[in-house]
This record gives sequence, C-alpha cells and structure tokens, in this order.
Amino acid sequence: MTRHKLLSLGHGLFLAFIALIIIFPFYWMIASSLKTENQIFQLPPVWLFKPHFASYAAAIVNDHILRALLNSLIVTVGAVALGVAVGAPAAYGLARYTFRGSSQIQFWYVTNWMLIPVVVLIPFYLLAANLRLIDNPITLILIYQTFVVPLVVWLLVDQFRAVPIALEEAALLDGMSKFGIFLRITLPLTVPGITVAAILAGIFAWNDLLYAFILSPGTDARTAPTVMMSYLGGYIIPWGRVMASAVMITGPVVIGGIAIHKYIARGLTLGAVK
Amino acid sequence: MTEPTLHEVKVPRIRQWEPWFFVGPSLLLLLAVGLYPTVFVAYFSFHNWTMGMGPPVFNGVDNYIETLTSSDFISSILRTFLFLIVTLPIELCLGLAIALALDQTRNAWLRRLVQILLVVPIATTPSVVGMLVQLMFNTQLGVVNYGLHVLGIAPVDWLGNAHAALGMVMMTQIWEWTPFVALVLSASLATVPQDIEEAITLETESFWARFRYIKLPFLRPGLVASIVFQTIFTIKTFDMIYSVEKGGPGDATQMIALHIERIAFRGFDVGLASAESVLTLIVTIALAQTVVSFLYKDEV
Repeated sequence: MTRHKLLSLGHGLFLAFIALIIIFPFYWMIASSLKTENQIFQLPPVWLFKPHFASYAAAIVNDHILRALLNSLIVTVGAVALGVAVGAPAAYGLARYTFRGSSQIQFWYVTNWMLIPVVVLIPFYLLAANLRLIDNPITLILIYQTFVVPLVVWLLVDQFRAVPIALEEAALLDGMSKFGIFLRITLPLTVPGITVAAILAGIFAWNDLLYAFILSPGTDARTAPTVMMSYLGGYIIPWGRVMASAVMITGPVVIGGIAIHKYIARGLTLGAVK
Repeated sequence: MTEPTLHEVKVPRIRQWEPWFFVGPSLLLLLAVGLYPTVFVAYFSFHNWTMGMGPPVFNGVDNYIETLTSSDFISSILRTFLFLIVTLPIELCLGLAIALALDQTRNAWLRRLVQILLVVPIATTPSVVGMLVQLMFNTQLGVVNYGLHVLGIAPVDWLGNAHAALGMVMMTQIWEWTPFVALVLSASLATVPQDIEEAITLETESFWARFRYIKLPFLRPGLVASIVFQTIFTIKTFDMIYSVEKGGPGDATQMIALHIERIAFRGFDVGLASAESVLTLIVTIALAQTVVSFLYKDEV
C-alpha cells in the first residue's frame, strides 16, 4: 500500500472513531429510553431488545413532560420573536448608518453575550419576586434577551450589508420611507439569515437551565430542562422515564442544530469566524 | 439650461435621529435586562443583606474583604481555572486534528457525516448531558466502568471520588465543546486558497512544512476565536455541572458560577453573592475588552 493510501485510511479511521464517540452517549440515551428498567442496567449491555414505550407513557403521565415542553416552546418562541423584532432593526441601523458611537454600540452587544448569567440572575430574581412575575413566561422571555439580542444583531449586520444599496436607493426615489424600505425591501431578502439566527438563539433559550429553574420553578410553569433536575429529588431515579424525557427535550434542538450546522461556527463566535 | 452646481443640488441630509430609530429599542431592552440588574448587583455588593431579612444595610467593602479572604471563593476560582487549563489544550489539539482530518479525507460521505454529527454535542441540552453522565458513569452499573472492565481496568468511583468526579466533568466538557473548536478551525482551513495548497504540495512532501507555513497563518484567527470563546463558555458553565452533582461530591466540581448560585439561592446572602459577581464580572469584562477589539478588528 502506498503512503498516501495509508494516510487516507488513517484519516478515515480517526473520523469514524470521533463519530462513534460523539454518537455513543446519544445512542445510549435513546436505547435506555426504550429499555425496561431492568435492561437499562444489565451488563454486559443488551444490544438487541424489543423496544418498549412504557417509559414515554410514564414520562407523559407522571412527569407532565408535555406541559414542560409546551412551556419551553412558549418561552423559546417568545424570546426569539422579541429578540428578532428589536435585533433586526438594530442590525439594519448598524449596517446602514455610521454615527457617533455606532462601533462602541456594536461592541456593547458582544459584552452582553459574554455576561455571566448568574450575575444578572440575582437582581432579576429579586425584581421578579417583587413584581410577582416568578413562574411567568414573560420573565424568562425578557432575561433571554441578554443572549438573543447580541446573537441576532451580530449575525444580521453582515446580512444587511450584503444587500445591494442600489435596491434601497431605487425605493427611496419612489418615495418609500426608510422604515418601509427596511421592512419591505431589505428584510425579505435576508430571511435565510434571520432563520439561522433565530434557530441558533432558540437552541440556547430552549436549553437554558439556570435562569429557568430559579425564575420559573412552579410545577405548571417549569420548562423542560428543569424537569430533568426534578428527577434528582427522589430517592430512586426512574431512569427509563428520565431518558424518555431526555429524548423528547433534545429532539427539537438537535434537529434545529443539524439544520443550521454550516453556520454554527460563525454563529457562536458572533461572526468572528467566517 | 445650465447644470446645477454642487451647492444647488439638494442633498437629503441624514436626519440625526434616524439610526437611533432602528437601534434604540434594542438598546433600551438590553439596558433594562442587562445593565440595570448589573447596577443593582454593584449596589448590593456594598450592603449586608440576606434575602427575606429586613432592608439592606450599608457595610462598605466588607463583602469584598470577606470574598477575597474566603477560601471557598478562591478555590472555586482556582478550580474554574484548572478546569480551563486542562480542557482547553485538549479541545484545541483534538479539534485541530478533526479539522485537519476533515480537510484531508477523500471519503466525502464520512466527511459529511462527521460535519453533521459535530453539531450534536453542542446542541444537546446541557442538563440532559448531566443526567446522561450520571447514568453512564454509575460505579457499579454504568457503561463506562463496564468498558474499563472489558479493558481489564478496575472500576472507578466517578461520582463519589473528588478527583474522579472532576475528571469526569472535564471529559464531558471536552465531549461537548471539542466539536465547536473543530467547526471553527474547519471554517478557517476552508479559507486556505486551493492553488497555494497545490503549489506547496509539489514543493514538499513534509506535512509539518505544509502545516507550519501554509495552514497555520490561516488558522490563527480561528485559534484565537476558539481560545476566547472557550474561555468565556467555561467561566459561564453551569447547567451541565449542576445537573451532574450540583458541584459535588462536596465541592469537588464547584465552579465559580455554581459557587455564586449557592451563596445567593441556597444561602440567600445577596450581599456576598453580589460582591463575588462584581469581581467575576470585572475579570470577564477585562478579558472580553482585551480580546474583542483584536478579534473583530476587521469589522465595524
């Protein structure tokens, strides 16, 4: 075998090994959700078994996981909608105008992205408790803006800059207002970029545990990641149910992540990596 | 008819308020949810106040003195730092290896598969990862110790032994975030111009020479971005570690964010937690400011 072929085989084996490491815990989660409680801890592991859906039924009936998923959906959609509603115009403003302080403002969004969640959480909790807004989805929707807005703004500035200015000038001559141009000319052209930003921000909002379990701990108000934590309270952990819930919680974010996998590097570095 | 001179052309002046109309709402929102609470934290940090116990009482810099002399706070900071200096180099090396292998492999199907799979650990809900870790690292019945047994290695008490537990969350962090480094470096490698790469391949067989003189310069921005963002993500890390063992056993995996949460929401000492928050914030912002202008120097 030539050196090149050997090298190529090495790359292939290494990548296959990496793929295996990545997928194994995920496989373990799905397999455990479909095993009986006894099979989960059987060693050596049972690789072939008849799928058993009782854990899913139990998670739905006993743990109100569907309610939690609905709460997660409300909070995620609300947070992303608000973030795009204020973030897209901001990105447009930064892309199209240079004004006093515009670059400082753009960097200030990054500072927010780097904020340590627990720091804002303390006063936010006190404020929400005072206003009786604990367990209210509004609270989570608002606090998630600390990461949704920077993400949306930074990912969309480039998108808006890529729209040819000539299109906007033509509309301006036709007498359209600046906001009308933004809304009816530029925005529709950047829908793919907005979708990527929205999905990425949505993944973070959906996955959040820290804000959610402090600000929305009630049985009817808790989001899906908080349900994960609730299993720790009991004497015996019902692993089948835990893993069934886990599959239902991670399904949407993994699908969303795969849909935008080409943009993850750019997104998480707020556009620092092209 | 003569052409109008420049002075006669009516140039529509940009109205001063126009950009603010677009940018303003987001700024107001972020001031309210980001800056306003931060100011409050600064205020509480100079007060003695336990949640639910009377009004805050001004106590000067007492909280700061207590924080800086508290071995708990210092050890959480050191632990976070240790966590970072162990996981980051491993993530960088592994991530680079993955990116290079993806760049070199001729198996398009495998490349595509790995590129998609890399997203899975990043997107998976960290609290789910934490529960999964508990299941897989179980001492008697976990699949990890079973794997070790097959290899002839004695079982490790992952969840009970302090050192093993720290190693376990480090491995989990590496599993979660190496893909991020790999994706960032892959994106950087894609910027190496094809013709330069072909030219150098004719010049030298040496992998090292091709890496050092051709690829490394293009990888540099990606490496900087990986280091910066991994540092930030590590300081922020809460969800995964909390759902494994809430910082335990004892305080073996208690990072800075978990420590502050414990003081504030389990000890209800808002004053002390605020002082710790302010100190952590200063470190992060200093870090952010030094690297951000460097990182985004082509932007804005």
